[in-house]
Amino acid sequence: MNAWRRLRKSYFLYSFRRDPVALASFAIFFFLVLVSLFAPVIAPHNPYDTSTIDVMDAEIPPAWMAGGDARFWLGTDIQGRDLYSTMLYGLRTSVAIGIGAVLFQGILGIVVGLTAGYAGGRVDSFLMRVADIQFSIPYLIVAIITSAIFQLAFGLGRFEQLAMPLLIVIIGISEWPKYARTVRASVLGEKQKEYVEAARVIGLNPARIMYRHILPNTLTPVLVISTIQVAQAVMSEAALSFLGLGMPVTKPSLGSLIKAGFQYVFSGSWWITTFPGMLLVTFTLVVILFGDWLRDVLNPKLYKG
Amino acid sequence: MFAFIVRRVLQAIVVMGVIAFIGFSVQHSIGDPVRDMVGERVSLAEREAIRDQLGLNDPVPIQFGRFCWKALHGDLGISYFHKRPALDVILSKAPATLELVFGATVIILVFCFPVGIYTAIRPRAWLSRFVMAVSTVGVAVPVFLTAIVLIYIFGVELRWLPTYGRGETVALGGWDTGLLTADGLLHLILPSVALSSIMLPLYIRLIRSEMMEVLETEYIKFAWAKGLSRWRIWLLHAFKNTLLPVITVFGVEIGILFAFTLLTETVFQWQGMGFMFLEAVERSDTALLVAYLVVVGVMFVVINTLVDICYGLVNPMVRVAGNP
Repeated sequence: MNAWRRLRKSYFLYSFRRDPVALASFAIFFFLVLVSLFAPVIAPHNPYDTSTIDVMDAEIPPAWMAGGDARFWLGTDIQGRDLYSTMLYGLRTSVAIGIGAVLFQGILGIVVGLTAGYAGGRVDSFLMRVADIQFSIPYLIVAIITSAIFQLAFGLGRFEQLAMPLLIVIIGISEWPKYARTVRASVLGEKQKEYVEAARVIGLNPARIMYRHILPNTLTPVLVISTIQVAQAVMSEAALSFLGLGMPVTKPSLGSLIKAGFQYVFSGSWWITTFPGMLLVTFTLVVILFGDWLRDVLNPKLYKG
Repeated sequence: MFAFIVRRVLQAIVVMGVIAFIGFSVQHSIGDPVRDMVGERVSLAEREAIRDQLGLNDPVPIQFGRFCWKALHGDLGISYFHKRPALDVILSKAPATLELVFGATVIILVFCFPVGIYTAIRPRAWLSRFVMAVSTVGVAVPVFLTAIVLIYIFGVELRWLPTYGRGETVALGGWDTGLLTADGLLHLILPSVALSSIMLPLYIRLIRSEMMEVLETEYIKFAWAKGLSRWRIWLLHAFKNTLLPVITVFGVEIGILFAFTLLTETVFQWQGMGFMFLEAVERSDTALLVAYLVVVGVMFVVINTLVDICYGLVNPMVRVAGNP
């Protein structure tokens, strides 16, 4: 109750209510997450249920166009799946991968950053060298090569089965240095403060000081980059799936839907690619806008890297 | 300074070793070269003999040493599909990718400065607001969607520009260039525009914010007070000081441009390194994949080391403070 009152009077909520862009983008983001959570309830068809899919329904245009079918208001894709339902399920997969990947890279980066920042010395310079080196290679290259190696190592069938957890790991691996550097930078700032010294004097063990005392004070910048990272991860998933290194076409994600429709754009079936594309752009755009607002309000001294 | 360079080069060698080890383990654990070489009717004993001959039964460290030794001599194995040394295949595709990056860079450089300056000196004009809105959306649009839209508009509907392949190329001593023929240049337009759309919004925003910051400083106010002409203040006084951070960022981000060529090349069937790599993955061409990994790794290590050394030359703080 107390926390709620504090939140209500805070500058954070005040500026949130005063900023139409932040309000709108958060509302759309919230709506899209809800929709993706409840996709099985909302969607009129189930794209995973092959018994309801009929290839004869393939490439039906949206309902308002000539040749449209009232059952499929956004039309159908090349396999005869209802595009609207498939997009809802695709968004669900993309959001799950995005959030999962951010959690993965966040945990990895926080552990490395905290250890490096708190331990200092050789541990610090070794861990940060590793992070620097990976950071100097673009994340997309790391992600593409990692998933290519995974695909060869697991074999295509197995990779497609495990696509979702593997993509979370792949995108997580390609982005962790950003967290490690951010966390380390703020740990270095916190380490000098008196409360840490006090904790050390009363004889707490280092792990407790790191995770219970320092970590909560470094979470603001982590929160800020996490928002942008979700957008980044969703875009990475789409890029990987588009290259054929991510979700297979049988398991809809926004990226695999765009890929599946890409060959058919030029023969006139523009809707298969256009609607998932628009959904992808809307999702990343609102996340980026909300993240920008969050950064401006919380304004942590982000370690620019 | 000398010690700094030595340290950097040593570090680069260690990183290359790590990359070589990753490449080696991929090659070592995926696929069986003997099975690729011989048919089904070869007996187990004969297979063992071939394995011995190829050195596949040697201890792993020795095999790794041999892998590095061969790699240092430019031998990265033979591509199963192309039946040519993998390094040759990659190098023959490199010009296409480099020209694509070059084309995108030219477009970025031509547009980002005038637009960035304009939006900085006229922040309230409707055109500036429009540009800023478009660039905000532009950051969220993935490059393959931009590419598909471009193909649809200019290739399918208007039929103005070719949408796939490199067109006519001229061989310039081993370098197949599309920059010298009208057809090749026409083919380059759409892919470069698509690729530049990744970075252009970011640069416009960067130049704008840097320039607006500079325009607030005292010396600009002083220049106004002196009654200098506005163009002199904008271009000579303000713009010059926005350049340094922009160039710094540009050096870093050109690598990202390279990464996005993979997506652009896929959409436009551009016969470059990225397209070749994805084909290699599809065909399970392990040798070519490993060679690509090593070549790209070496490329980034060399570029980063050179950039670091240049920084060290220009800025003593890097070589003293940045290296405990």
